Amino acid sequence: MKLRSGSRLERVLAAGHFAVTVEVGPPQGPNPEVIRRKAEWLRGVADAYNVTDNQTAVVRLSSIAGAKLLLEAGLEPVMQTTCRDRNRIALQSDLLGASALGIKNCLCLSGDHQKASASGKLKGHPGAKNVYDVDSIQLLAILQGMRDQAVQASGDPLEQPAPFFIGAAWTPLATPESFRTLRLAKKIEAGADFIQTQAVFDVARFAAAVKKAREMGLCDRVAILAGIVVPRSARMLRYLNERVPGVEVPEELIRRMEAATQPAAEGKKIAKELIEAVRVIPGVRGVHLQAIENEAVLPEIIQSADLLPRPELNAEPARAASIRNR
Amino acid sequence: MIIAESKPILELVHQLSGRRRILLTGCACCVAECAAGGEREVETLAPLLRLALKVEGHSLEILTKTVERQCEWEFVEELAELIPQADAVLSLACGIGVQAVAERFPEIPVYPGVNTTSLALREEPGLWAARCQACGDCVLGETFGLCPIARCAKSLQNGPCGGTRKNGKCEVDENVDCVWNLIVERAAAKGRLESLLRIRQPKDWSNSHHGGPKRMLREDLRP
Repeated sequence: MKLRSGSRLERVLAAGHFAVTVEVGPPQGPNPEVIRRKAEWLRGVADAYNVTDNQTAVVRLSSIAGAKLLLEAGLEPVMQTTCRDRNRIALQSDLLGASALGIKNCLCLSGDHQKASASGKLKGHPGAKNVYDVDSIQLLAILQGMRDQAVQASGDPLEQPAPFFIGAAWTPLATPESFRTLRLAKKIEAGADFIQTQAVFDVARFAAAVKKAREMGLCDRVAILAGIVVPRSARMLRYLNERVPGVEVPEELIRRMEAATQPAAEGKKIAKELIEAVRVIPGVRGVHLQAIENEAVLPEIIQSADLLPRPELNAEPARAASIRNR
Repeated sequence: MIIAESKPILELVHQLSGRRRILLTGCACCVAECAAGGEREVETLAPLLRLALKVEGHSLEILTKTVERQCEWEFVEELAELIPQADAVLSLACGIGVQAVAERFPEIPVYPGVNTTSLALREEPGLWAARCQACGDCVLGETFGLCPIARCAKSLQNGPCGGTRKNGKCEVDENVDCVWNLIVERAAAKGRLESLLRIRQPKDWSNSHHGGPKRMLREDLRP
């Protein structure tokens, strides 16, 4: 199999390894040291590092700049790109720029609505005008065209293709559940190479959704990385369960956190157990870890889940692909 | 219909401060239906405005007139005899009506008394909700009669984002249905869920505002 981008994430998956990605949130300021510090904490613990794109619609250092800072630090980024703030002209321009900077993985998202920016302690920018010229599925198709046909959305040629490993999100347990697997199929059809899912806590229900995807043949066409959010408290789990669509937290997990004398330690243990549980689901080919503004706990969790050291990739791509195909 | 909401009275007071005699004009069409700018609203607002300005130390005389439709020249013309008697116009029509009055009577300042917000349907008494965004490229035939452009907070075209609440509402507003959830329900009820598998290509927005201010020219109707 010919590699599409040659990114480390793509090669790890192609070689049949269980992949690990982690999320790195950019700062609400221009200080590159924040990203560099996180890079030092997280060096070597994952195959690639997601840089969020103004998540919850809160203004932060851009994902393209954050991704470049990670590259400079020797870490491979997954640049997250939302459809909220840019039209197809700006999106494609930024993607060309990102490719020129050496960014090879891109996760295509609809993005949080600007109203979300005012839901916490922040004033945010709820009065902002959103764009949504294209949606996440259309963005996937645009990336695929830029990579495989060297064309823009309009059909105009690019001087050369932009080799991205293309990612998409999947929220299998959100309403309407009957459509979620079909939407995954659409994302794969549009060009998704890998999937990072919404946070999994209810492993049984998640496994059932993956089984459905597998039966539709989708797991042969895309690498699913199960989303794992490191819980910090029972309150956080309750919030996720009640307020974040598509996140289903079993009551016993919440009670377990409530009973814990050291919730932080218990949360790490839960994260480890979740990793181990999703790892054995056929069709799940990696995990995507999020420790929101608490990234320093990730190395220990990944170590405890027996996912370190990350694989060395010295094999040339053709051989790596043949291993996977066996 | 076109939906509008009354501007805060303090904003109107600020706009009209210094005027001595205004024409407050309503429109008996959409803004009357949505109770923002019909005859009833005009006649209710007039004494309130007078009082509010009086509190500020201004004395204001208010002439009132509600016409059938402020967006059509023949009805706008009915204001002609009152215009010379006023030093400003406050129009409770939608943005189209306000501009028609301003265009017909350039000699007098015309102020809007409402904010025009959307193309909506009255769902229940006292409740209106957006149904159309005048995008210029109607997709309703493929979305089971439910508009994802006007009714999805992100105008998504290929299905719901991950933000549909358990009860089928939108994550952006707990009172608003996720329109994609409704579309999926209707498709499923008709046994046509698979029709939503087709990937909709990026939309051509150019037949609406995004193509520049819209003009529609019908040669067959030209004089």
